[in-house]
Amino acid sequence: MAPNRTRFGSLAHFEKGGVEVIKDDARNYVFSNLFEVASKARPYEKVAVGKNIEYVIEAIRAEGTSGWRVACQDEFALVMDGEVEVRLLKPDDGSLVPAGGKGSIPLSGSPPGRKMGHVRARRGHMTLLPAGAAYQFHAGSPSVILLQTLAGRDTVERWAEICQTAPRPKPNSKEVTR
Amino acid sequence: MTTDTLPELGSIEPNPHGYRDFTLGKFSFGRDEYFVHVRWPNGTHMLAVDAFLRAIQRDVAWGFFYGIVNFDTVIGTVNHYGTVDLFAGRFNAQYRQAGLDYSENFKTDAISRLFEAILADWTNATFDPFASPAETGSAFGPKNGSNKRAITRHRVTAKRMIGAPGDEPVRTDDNGFPINRQFTDVTQDAPEVHAEPGFEDQVVSVNLFAYLSRSDVTWNPSVVSVCKNSLYCPTTEEYILPIIHGNDRVEWFVQLSDEIQWEVEDRDTGAVRARVTMKAGDVAAMPADIRHRGFSPKRSMLLVWENASPELPALYAAGKMPPAPVQF
Repeated sequence: MAPNRTRFGSLAHFEKGGVEVIKDDARNYVFSNLFEVASKARPYEKVAVGKNIEYVIEAIRAEGTSGWRVACQDEFALVMDGEVEVRLLKPDDGSLVPAGGKGSIPLSGSPPGRKMGHVRARRGHMTLLPAGAAYQFHAGSPSVILLQTLAGRDTVERWAEICQTAPRPKPNSKEVTR
Repeated sequence: MTTDTLPELGSIEPNPHGYRDFTLGKFSFGRDEYFVHVRWPNGTHMLAVDAFLRAIQRDVAWGFFYGIVNFDTVIGTVNHYGTVDLFAGRFNAQYRQAGLDYSENFKTDAISRLFEAILADWTNATFDPFASPAETGSAFGPKNGSNKRAITRHRVTAKRMIGAPGDEPVRTDDNGFPINRQFTDVTQDAPEVHAEPGFEDQVVSVNLFAYLSRSDVTWNPSVVSVCKNSLYCPTTEEYILPIIHGNDRVEWFVQLSDEIQWEVEDRDTGAVRARVTMKAGDVAAMPADIRHRGFSPKRSMLLVWENASPELPALYAAGKMPPAPVQF
């Protein structure tokens, strides 16, 4: 093995660390693994893996084609595994984007508007989802997106299911190969 | 009370090792070939000079960061966002019990000028405080030139996103950022960006991992994307975090590559609370009442996620927010 090989995670192979409690509660660290979360999620389910007041980071399993969404603030999609096409569209109806809204909202069908372009993004690529632009994801095979956004109505919070709660990491969570 | 006079930046004459002495308020700083000597009205302390220079380099570069920057278990700073406390023993239970702790408040500009002057005089030509130990020469010995280029690097603070028009550029060979020796296997491919006419400024994508693979510094979070007050501040880490960061708010870590172990202690007493091992894809919060120090055996990519809302320190300090970000 090359001594300096860089180790990334993926849906197919990830290793988990964990919290070793000395005098604390493991839940304070809200410890999870985004690949594990995405591996158990439905396509395009927006599962929060981090939350800081109104802000969240969401682990999203990209698989097939998502619905269109829009937000009134910039969001950022970082591909952590696989390949994702990001399609961007400027809606004709500006009222689709509620001023002061938090997070993104789903749009029904394909909103009429002008095509802005698209991005084909692979692991490590970060794409701007501009405020007021509708966007849709497409992935030919299961992929993972980490989304920087605000908590919205479709943000899923299931911390007790995804986070370590015991004082030591589970022995069988050290390494997962699919 | 804030000491708002600008500091006497140092002695005119160098000491026998070639270095100037510095004072700020009732603190004084001197160095010899190996150590920094800090003095305050009721105590003294020694730090290894390489560790001290690495610590104040981060403190200056980060604008004193969010909360507390402990240089070690005795000396450090507290950011009040406009003024800064310089302290000795304040977050050390034994020093406090012995009555040996001391703290003095300065305007941010004054303490910045002091630390910048110390860095300029005490950083020898062979030493780069931002580099990993494997990538720099020695900090020790008698005065041996200076290294202004190393201590005055530009800090990346994207307004919207790196690579966006008019914003911070991505890193390339041509602008002086070759791929780091420990990331030569990181794919450098660019995303395929297809912008329709008129939307070139809005359709933006960059290879963040390639960008990080070209970082020439360690343990230096810099802003790459901005979602209101939500800031992505990724950084590349190797060896040991040169400071012990005491939180004044919750921050989050996403391990993008490789592995870091974090020692977590009580922020105010230093009592050990937990060890957190993070591997690629792991996500963890650092609560608002802890301090932490990271250990990265191989150069790794870490996404530090911050909430820059200015009201947070007061809310946490007043107990109006729980120190952990999520209750479940």
